[in-house]
Amino acid sequence: MNKFIFYAPIAAFLALAFVLWRGLYLDPTELPSVLIDKPMPAFAMTTVEGEPVDNSDLPGRIFLLNVWGSYCLPCLVEHPTLMRLSEEGEFPVVGVNYRDRQPLALDWLDVNGDPFEYSILDEEGRFGIDLGVYGAPETFLVDGEGVIRYRHVGVLEENVWREVFLPAIAELRGAPAPSR
Amino acid sequence: MSLLRYLLCLAFLLAAAPVSAQVDTFAFENDEQQQRFRRLSNEFRCPMCQNANLTGSTGGVAEDLRREIHRMILAGNTDAEIEQFMYERYGDFIFYLPRLRADTVLLWFGPLLFLLLGAYIGWRIFRQAKGNQEAVSGLELDPAEQERLRRLLNDE
Repeated sequence: MNKFIFYAPIAAFLALAFVLWRGLYLDPTELPSVLIDKPMPAFAMTTVEGEPVDNSDLPGRIFLLNVWGSYCLPCLVEHPTLMRLSEEGEFPVVGVNYRDRQPLALDWLDVNGDPFEYSILDEEGRFGIDLGVYGAPETFLVDGEGVIRYRHVGVLEENVWREVFLPAIAELRGAPAPSR
Repeated sequence: MSLLRYLLCLAFLLAAAPVSAQVDTFAFENDEQQQRFRRLSNEFRCPMCQNANLTGSTGGVAEDLRREIHRMILAGNTDAEIEQFMYERYGDFIFYLPRLRADTVLLWFGPLLFLLLGAYIGWRIFRQAKGNQEAVSGLELDPAEQERLRRLLNDE
């Protein structure tokens, strides 16, 4: 029993130190999305170009839903990746123009190039709330049934695409993840 | 001179008023609705500027969420419905006071657990120390031994 008294504080200290040490390497800005494995929220909105758009217009296959804005500098960083994906054509990219102004959004697409099938115009950020978005850029991976499978917060860098998205897509397709 | 000072004070006060009103630009039908709005936007945490509540955050999403709370209050939604709305979109993170569930039990009662553990260890240490003291007092010399000790000490 004396041994217990002697070792308990040391054990408690070690446990606490381990937890705090782990905490040093956690990214507090990376919040888990509640919407994983839930269907895309219902929407009936317009595109940036003014066309009506709703859930039935979603691609019937695996696609990316990218939250962007003309004010968003990191969006420019991931823009080449989205352009490449859209040129390759395997994964359609649907945009959500989040808390932006329509003329600015159109300008941005004009100047930088438009990787999106279409961009849902969400000037008020109301659709963003339904998606649990808290700031551009964010990228959702949605499957053919319109179910959200993964959410990435921040820039969609090429290595994130390779190391996170491709394995997740392979898993969705029921194939073993490619070894890299 | 004193009148001038008065006027200056008044001017400063009036200038300061709009600054603190940043959050309260929403119109409500009655005081009760406004109180609820204040309480709810103090209670929810801003997902973007972490560690600030919705009231204190100037972030875009906080602005949108405040507007949403206002809309829902005017639409007659209860506090529970508004909380559920937030939870379905932003999860536990949105609450400063996490809900009591199986996976948040440790968060809620962990500190109590540590308090009890500490109290138990403290009590054990206290009892042990007392036990030692008693053991020491059991070692008192009997009169013959005391006599011998005195002699030894006087000898030197």
